[in-house]
Amino acid sequence: MPFIPHTDEEIKSMLASINVSSIDDLFDEIPASLRNENLDQIPSGLNEMDITRLMSGFARQDGVPLCFIGAGAYDHHIPAAVWEITTRGEFYSAYTPYQAEASQGTLQLLYEFQTMITRLTAMDVANASLYDGASGLAEAVLMAIRANRKSKSKRILIPRTVHPVYRKVVHTIVKNQGIVLEELDFDLEGGHINPESLPNEPGDIAALIIPQPNFFGVLEEVDALTNWAHDNGMLVIGVVNPTALALLTPPGEWGEQGADIVCGEGQPLGAPLASGGPYFGFMCCKQALVRQMPGRIIGRTVDTDGKQGFTLTLQAREQHIRRSKATSNICTNQGLLVTAATIYMSILGSKGLEETARMCHQNTQALISTFSSINGVKKLFNRPLFHEAVFQFEAPAKETLKELASKNIAGGFALEDDYPELGNTLLVCATELRNQTDIDEYQHVLAYILAEAAKRK
Amino acid sequence: MLIFEHSKPGRTNKAQSNKTGPIPDSIPEKFLRKRPAALPDVSELQAVRHYTRLSQKNFSIDTHFYPLGSCTMKYNPRACNTLAMRPEFLKRHPSSDESLGQGFLTCMFELQEMLKDATGMSRVSLAPMAGAQGEFTGIAMIRAYHDARNDQARTEILVPDAAHGTNPATAVMCGYKVREIATKSDGDIDLEILKESLGPQTAGIMLTNPSTLGVFDRNIEQVSKMVHDAGGLLYYDGANLNAILGKVKPGDMGFDVIHMNLHKTFSTPHGGGGPGAGPVGVSERLIPFLPVPLIAQKGDQYQLLTEEDCPQSIGRLSTFMGNAGVLLRAYIYARMLGREGMKRVGEFATLNANYMMARLKEKGFTIALPERRATHEFIVTMKNETKDLGVNAMDFAKRLLDYDFHAPTTYFPLIVPECLLIEPTETESKEILDQFIETMSLIRTEAQENPEIVKNAPHTLPVKRLDDVKAARELDLVFTPGVQ
Repeated sequence: MPFIPHTDEEIKSMLASINVSSIDDLFDEIPASLRNENLDQIPSGLNEMDITRLMSGFARQDGVPLCFIGAGAYDHHIPAAVWEITTRGEFYSAYTPYQAEASQGTLQLLYEFQTMITRLTAMDVANASLYDGASGLAEAVLMAIRANRKSKSKRILIPRTVHPVYRKVVHTIVKNQGIVLEELDFDLEGGHINPESLPNEPGDIAALIIPQPNFFGVLEEVDALTNWAHDNGMLVIGVVNPTALALLTPPGEWGEQGADIVCGEGQPLGAPLASGGPYFGFMCCKQALVRQMPGRIIGRTVDTDGKQGFTLTLQAREQHIRRSKATSNICTNQGLLVTAATIYMSILGSKGLEETARMCHQNTQALISTFSSINGVKKLFNRPLFHEAVFQFEAPAKETLKELASKNIAGGFALEDDYPELGNTLLVCATELRNQTDIDEYQHVLAYILAEAAKRK
Repeated sequence: MLIFEHSKPGRTNKAQSNKTGPIPDSIPEKFLRKRPAALPDVSELQAVRHYTRLSQKNFSIDTHFYPLGSCTMKYNPRACNTLAMRPEFLKRHPSSDESLGQGFLTCMFELQEMLKDATGMSRVSLAPMAGAQGEFTGIAMIRAYHDARNDQARTEILVPDAAHGTNPATAVMCGYKVREIATKSDGDIDLEILKESLGPQTAGIMLTNPSTLGVFDRNIEQVSKMVHDAGGLLYYDGANLNAILGKVKPGDMGFDVIHMNLHKTFSTPHGGGGPGAGPVGVSERLIPFLPVPLIAQKGDQYQLLTEEDCPQSIGRLSTFMGNAGVLLRAYIYARMLGREGMKRVGEFATLNANYMMARLKEKGFTIALPERRATHEFIVTMKNETKDLGVNAMDFAKRLLDYDFHAPTTYFPLIVPECLLIEPTETESKEILDQFIETMSLIRTEAQENPEIVKNAPHTLPVKRLDDVKAARELDLVFTPGVQ
């Protein structure tokens, strides 16, 4: 029997110990009217050879297209050692480290992760992960409402330059708690929140969300925005890309006082694209807010001999202790992805991550300059950017994407559903993996497709 | 030693370098960071050795028996990982055109269909990323259902006192008040108390069946009828689905919504605290409210349904489509088991648990509910040992670690004093179960003869018992050089 070790002899002897005559007798407390062993919609089992053949077929069907999509998930190089170690059984098949003495490996690694992510963000403390960037932002919003004791309102300012799906996820998760999400529009020239457009008297608002870089890849005026929010009694929630932070001012240093809560998508740190997950969300905050933070937190302490050790701490915030009064219902999070991220950051180091960030930026600049030669393509927004850019087309963007896909290019993310005012636009990304040869190939194919489309008109 | 203590300024990892020029003037100075982020500067070998050694300080299923009640720590077949890590699956961008992902989407559609059949529900969404998010989804759908009927008076969710802590925490996140209901001494829900608790304020009830006490609630059909008659809906916490896979379906018990923990029943790895996956299944009346994206078949193509296709959906829970790689591993596992294998899961998980319960009882341990059948797990209470020998459940748990067994779940459920919740799973052999039983007896003998050795356990692990009070009072959450 696959994955079940029992021999017939053992089954007999075990049933005798229990004093029943068959395994079926063990289910005699379930009302007969409910018993249902019909699993007709489930096919018969496959052995490892057959499942390998099946999955190889699915994989070949999908292939590996040339990827220029970012929009929240980025195709970075992952050093070979990262997943070799991450998938060691001792990490892969361990449980949440409740038994600290038997989990020092995972616990120390998580403590090292908390240290690395606070150094990257210049924040005081971090948790050990949330599910992903979008749901992490929802938790940050709930945390800000709890933490901003001066604010009586449940209003949160969320700019339209925040990833549109993040905004939807935040809405799904917080809407039943009476929280009001107020959108803030962006500057059509710059693709950013113009600090000059902010009201002088915004009223009682619990927090302002600031994305850096924003969804368009554009850099926001984080200092001015942070100061404005703090001057008006709001907390600042930074939503950041961890790769970019190797290059950009960390949120802990934004404005006069720095951001209060910082979250983001951890995927760029060693998680493969993998159709959208598993990734992980990270969250950091100022020391004073640590008891309002959701999720697992690891602390360093000593054992009875005074030897250093690591353990889950501040558990009084969590659902398994506080139940209905917990900071969140989160329990299982994304431990294995944090394992990969910690190894990734160690192998790259500060210099390696900064070089990766610079290479992404340079390749995107190269893509912008290469695309400038294509008729019918215009780059939008005149502000500095990190590793994504918005291009406007004369042809419908979604159809262009379909045609690119048929030529095995994943060409970008169409913005028209979320930003109809921008017209036929694509958000395009070139990471450190997309060199000039790849960019040239994309340019050739795109120029051809657009020329054909122009002829058809 | 911490990784930071291996770090030397100026050491770089050239194999992982990108050739870059100076910082381009396309980013103005004011946006740039002034100091590097101070990540460790170590060689690849130093990192590999450091984390390999750390891994060796963990217990895991691959190295240890892990009878952790309510967690279903069964073998995670290696094929599931190897096949899910094929480069074509890893390299697929979640926003790429559906034409570039038909192989992957076929797997996801078929997984939805298999989970539907295994649970007896009408439709499944794979979107939730863990059990707790599945719970949130379930209760948010119940709320959306009442709201759509303009039934605003329903402000309460009923939760048994034995429930997992995520249940009440979830109800609060969805804007509900929680009312706890008592469990009878035989482990079933008290129908009298349930009757008193139900009313026009009842939005629904959250149940686990088999319950966290390790027994199947025999009155589930009455419970279901009573809640429905009061206008409430029933939510099924799938934490214990392993016990009944292929034997009885939550849909047949009358549940309106269930979540499944694929990292339990469908054997995806726990990863030292995730990732999980918590798909939800619903009865007919909740279909319109399922979270998006859903995977649909249109002709011979598979596609993702969005808010436009499902206007009453509670919405999105993640940036893309949830923990896709976990779902893929669960798909591979489900295909390897097939329908015969799924039936065996419930059977052998139950056989192993009942065998352990019978043998431990024979050895003189106190079973919390001795008159009941165990399901896939059962509870031993150490209240006598605590009273007579001064050695409590935690001491037993810690001493088990010295004998190379991971501890059972301790002090949960909260309503049984000094409890150990034991779940062997179907993938463990009789020899291992026998060794565990003998070790429990041995520890009790130690507790009689030399209690200190048990009370001070563990002795053989990388650290002894840790000072949790110090950890919480003198918070040390990030490494600062020079501070010990």
